[in-house]
Amino acid sequence: MTALPHPQLGARPGPADFRPAEPGTELTGSQLIWETLVAEGVDVVFGYPGGAIMPAYDAMPGYPIRHVLVRHEQGAAHMADGYARASGRVGVAIATSGPGATNLVTGIANAMLDSIPTVFITGQVSSPLLGSDAFQETDIAGITLPITKHNYLVTRAEDIAPTLHEAFFIAASGRPGPVLVDITKDAQQHRAAWAPPQGEPRRRGYRPDLRAREDELDRAAAMIDAADRPVIFCGHGIVKAEASALLRELVERTGIPVASTLLGLGGFPATHPQSLGMMGMHGEAWVNTSIQEADLLIALGMRFDDRVTGHLEKYAPHARKIHVDIDPSEIHKNVRVDLPILDDVARVLTKLTPRLRRRDRPAWDARIAELRGDSAVRDIVNLPDDGHLYAAHVMLDLWRLTEGKALIVTDVGQHQMWEAQYYKHDHPRRLITSGGLGTMGFALPAAIGARLACPDDEIWVIAGDGGFQMTACELSTLAQEDLKVNVAIINNGYLGMVRQWQQFFYQGRYVATPMRSPDFVKLAEAHGLAGVRVTRRDEIEAAVATARGVPGTVVVDFRVEQEDAVYPMVPSGADLRDMIRRPQPSPIVETPEDP
Amino acid sequence: MSPLLAAAAPRPRTPRTLVAHVEDRPGVLARVVTLFRRRGYNIVSLTVARTHLAGISRLTVVVDADDDTARRLEANLYKLIDVVAVDDVTASPAVIHELALVKVRASPRERTDVIELGKVFGARVVDVGHQTLTVELTATRDAVDRLIAALEPHGIVDLVRTGAVAMARGDAPPASADPNPYAHHQPQPDGVDDPDGAADDLD
Repeated sequence: MTALPHPQLGARPGPADFRPAEPGTELTGSQLIWETLVAEGVDVVFGYPGGAIMPAYDAMPGYPIRHVLVRHEQGAAHMADGYARASGRVGVAIATSGPGATNLVTGIANAMLDSIPTVFITGQVSSPLLGSDAFQETDIAGITLPITKHNYLVTRAEDIAPTLHEAFFIAASGRPGPVLVDITKDAQQHRAAWAPPQGEPRRRGYRPDLRAREDELDRAAAMIDAADRPVIFCGHGIVKAEASALLRELVERTGIPVASTLLGLGGFPATHPQSLGMMGMHGEAWVNTSIQEADLLIALGMRFDDRVTGHLEKYAPHARKIHVDIDPSEIHKNVRVDLPILDDVARVLTKLTPRLRRRDRPAWDARIAELRGDSAVRDIVNLPDDGHLYAAHVMLDLWRLTEGKALIVTDVGQHQMWEAQYYKHDHPRRLITSGGLGTMGFALPAAIGARLACPDDEIWVIAGDGGFQMTACELSTLAQEDLKVNVAIINNGYLGMVRQWQQFFYQGRYVATPMRSPDFVKLAEAHGLAGVRVTRRDEIEAAVATARGVPGTVVVDFRVEQEDAVYPMVPSGADLRDMIRRPQPSPIVETPEDP
Repeated sequence: MSPLLAAAAPRPRTPRTLVAHVEDRPGVLARVVTLFRRRGYNIVSLTVARTHLAGISRLTVVVDADDDTARRLEANLYKLIDVVAVDDVTASPAVIHELALVKVRASPRERTDVIELGKVFGARVVDVGHQTLTVELTATRDAVDRLIAALEPHGIVDLVRTGAVAMARGDAPPASADPNPYAHHQPQPDGVDDPDGAADDLD
């Protein structure tokens, strides 16, 4: 396939040619936008032009920032999100007023629920027209009030640079999150003197720098040393705070087992002997049972989401709880804890680990080993190929063939849980997935963002046939930008997770879940991309090899068992031990029952 | 029903008075109100006005809420970038007053009765019409309720109440003067100083 020409990319000056404006230079508001983004270290923005943002687009070619033209603004938001998750930096998306801005909304909410540092810039009608129902006017600041960490309406050119500077600071500091800056067209057109924003903006009510007290850390250490059956929770905060190595240090000093949230996966190596794996609704039985039997939970950067706790009153009834979080409003929100510690989790671990002593807990180790059961029984590698293609096999084989090193971006649904169960992530920022909002259609655009953040990494999208089609238009973006990701569609002809709930909780009435899809191989080819179909397990290896070998994006259509379900499963709101177990005999794998 | 709601036992709801210092910026009131709307809390009253501090407004909000809800509201208020400090003054010694203007039907012959009635409550007459009197009272919500009840038989023509404004008693400075006001509001549940947790052993 030939990459299409990129007029604006060809014309843009390279970073070597670019010189920031001299302070005091009169610039248009549009130039001030890009000048500030360059000063904030932005190298790529994801966007879609339109009337109210045209002045900003017109000024863009003078700046060393790559622009990725998306096919739908939701894609731009997810790309900024994926970029931020993969890199740890702030992701930026840009859109016009009205429908451009409202199309961002799902992506903004997704970034809010998973606390992703992102800045969204929207054009707005000129300030004299505000509130007049002008063409493509929506009150996007009002609409995004509950789904942003903060937002702004800017109506004057001189406010653009300081506002954007503050937006970047707020997005990235404390508990990160999305910040929206809505800029009127006249503010983009008017001129103001360039004053490079410097230092941390000061807001009286914003305190992202909470610090644990020494006595709190002493108390935490005493509680941990005294615990007979402790479990550490590795949450998303471990990944965000770059605290993985510190957590490993603590675990290796104390020998305490680690359970992970979905977004915490990779924060602690999955193949480490002390790793229990993912907790919650689709966590393995030994993980959830360990939590229910624990006498101390050490929750690091997680928020006791309802998918993690199950029935709150019956949750971890014997455990005292230490909760480390950067956000005070998370303390006692869902679960009452015994010791809250408000601080950056990396700072807490740095100070906490030296206070802890090594303590053997042979009874607890033996109990966990017993709960895990005979791992050979569960090892699906050892199961004979029965000619059927199971999603679990796809995940496992993908993990083996990529040596566990790929950056995986998953969509939402069954495949997401199978990925979490069978692809063992040993490093942080190697799994990107929509946790809190559960946004179908997230994976493909988020992977494009991740690609821009990590140009040299192997990236796989794993999506269901339903979610993939929600944002499949972004294949066209991949083709135009000449970017490579590998796309694994776990195609079972159903909205699988909803079908599974219908099977378990709605007496098997499959209402509106059977789904007919286009030929994904031809769809890829229609975009000038390669497509491969896999229907048997023995075809996986060759397909993965093909995908890895082709320089451009490859779509692999895995035609998996149609009515397979994710096990085990804790029904919504149930006790964590009331699991729906794998059927016996399971076609794929057996997990021993509780003794 | 969501597991969150299912797990929550009904707790007594009482009027809670929260005082917040907020930055005086456009949209700040919408941000605060959005928080309350999100969980369906009914606002009993809300007052907001500028203070003697440059750029700072003070907001008093009364909501019907249980302890947990009030604590969560306070925590969520702190999440707003524009909110400088929050005080739950419900349980602490505080002056919590509101102002009411009541226009009462009063013929010239009835005027003295209404004026005398007002005096009992410390209300004063601020306007006299041909057939009405307007009285003003600044007092606690209970006292205002009682005045209104007492005037009711005469016939109330119009009524306005400002809703509560509140200020802590004594010499203590407001929470906004504290560099880290949230620290004082961290609840410390029982048992944290019993690190061996002997009581809850597993069978």
